[in-house]
Amino acid sequence: MSEQNRDPAVPEKIVTDETEQSKEKPFGHFTRRTFIAQLGAAGIAATATPSLAAAATQEAAAPSAREETIAVTLSINGKKQTLNIEPRVTLLDCLRERLNLTGTKKGCDHGQCGACTVHINGRRVNSCLTFAAMHEGDEITTIEGIGQPGNLHPMQAAFVEHDGYQCGYCTSGQIMSAVAVLKEPWGPEDKDVREAMSGNICRCGAYPNIVAAVQQVRGNSQKSS
Amino acid sequence: MIDFALSRASSPAEASEQAAKSKTVQQGAQVRYVAGGTTLIDLMKLDVETPVRVVDINRLELARTERQPDGSLHIGAMVRNADLAHDPNVVRDYPVLSQALLSGATGQLRNMATTGGNLLQRTRCSYFRDLAYAECNKRTPGSGCAAIGGHNRTHAILGTSEHCIATHPSDMAVAMMALEARIHILNGQSEREVPIGEFYLLPGNTPNLENVLKPGDLITYVTLPPPVAGARSHYLKLRDRASYEFALSSAAVVIQTEGGRIRKARIALGGVGTRPWRSPEAEHALEGKAADETTFRAAADAALRNAKPQRDNAFKVELAKRCLIRALTTVTT
Repeated sequence: MSEQNRDPAVPEKIVTDETEQSKEKPFGHFTRRTFIAQLGAAGIAATATPSLAAAATQEAAAPSAREETIAVTLSINGKKQTLNIEPRVTLLDCLRERLNLTGTKKGCDHGQCGACTVHINGRRVNSCLTFAAMHEGDEITTIEGIGQPGNLHPMQAAFVEHDGYQCGYCTSGQIMSAVAVLKEPWGPEDKDVREAMSGNICRCGAYPNIVAAVQQVRGNSQKSS
Repeated sequence: MIDFALSRASSPAEASEQAAKSKTVQQGAQVRYVAGGTTLIDLMKLDVETPVRVVDINRLELARTERQPDGSLHIGAMVRNADLAHDPNVVRDYPVLSQALLSGATGQLRNMATTGGNLLQRTRCSYFRDLAYAECNKRTPGSGCAAIGGHNRTHAILGTSEHCIATHPSDMAVAMMALEARIHILNGQSEREVPIGEFYLLPGNTPNLENVLKPGDLITYVTLPPPVAGARSHYLKLRDRASYEFALSSAAVVIQTEGGRIRKARIALGGVGTRPWRSPEAEHALEGKAADETTFRAAADAALRNAKPQRDNAFKVELAKRCLIRALTTVTT
């Protein structure tokens, strides 16, 4: 596919990653995620319009305008995984839709809310604003790699203890951010924590409890060091 | 997001060679470099940027700051905003730059965004960012400007034209304006240096053209001249909330005083201009005068004399004046 002859009239392909979904491990029961996924599929089937179907057929018949997928080896939570992805797949979508690491959340998808915060080489970043294919050789850490039930990271335990959430949607991003903040040069005051954490929006407004959780862990780590 | 091809550049020259295939590097570029991605990927999701090839420059060896024998500081284009803000040379010699960087975006975004990328940050004009509005001369030359006569509270009051009033959003570039940075550009085998004061274009009749870059150009590093002896510098940013918001008005000031008089002044404003706004008028009003409120007020009046407010942003004229006065007061007391 040369760069000049892409037809802007060709509709963007609707990506449904059913093959990937079918690779998900069976849970043996409905989880919230599998239930919602099935509900979503039924909703699409019920509302698909003839024009959408026609466009899909046309897209299948025409030579693909897509660039080939590329093979990438990603190191996530210490485990190397090789997969074929389109260049436009963000790290966030790759984690959630391809690798089933759904602890990382999609909020705004534009770097404005922080729900998608992960660590790359130990530094916190917005996984929605970077392409997965750019991260061959990088060490990626998600909330799943920070701690697990029964073996919580001190920051996770502090969020539980201080009730640092209501709905919980922003929480994994908050915790990923907070864990990285421990290693960044910030002052000791609550106002410093608020500034450090300003890239993580909590729509429930659990901020005072989040600050308390972060301060507790910072205090403990300073005492022990 | 439309599809595109992604390639990784192994050297600056190779990156330049790939980018040289683009017909333009301004709005609508066919080839884009991706560094931090915080502007580009955001705009690609909005279909405002639609490159067919994206060149990943993250592995280029351009992520160092280096003090030069003449006392100047080289800042690699790939130095992340967070690293630059805490660089010991920057903290000590150019506090205005460190403060500007830390006032911008968030911890996550500063870990991603780069020096070169921040210089090329695009406007936050909501009409530019939203394809539902057909009228945007920056996106589609000749289509008109929805912001003029639209909701324009955050738009520019300096350097505007009848075709575009989009504000330049960067804090870093405002500090670099006051520091008289020089931008080093590679193109194939040739290199050139552009003073930051000559890097950005006014919108005029061609708001789609934002800077002097040509196809194949790659910003490799930025040079800050040696710090002005005895000078103090400061960045003040005013905005709608205390953190994580673009400036409604900001001021970068570098002031050298001697016996209560201002010997040298370098002034730049943010949040009010169509480009990072250097104000020679304010500098002229300050130099040789007593460092007092009367002088600061005169400088602020001079800086905003040609301000052209829109329906919703007349408040910015007074806000920018107070911002500059307060920054000057802070740095001289």
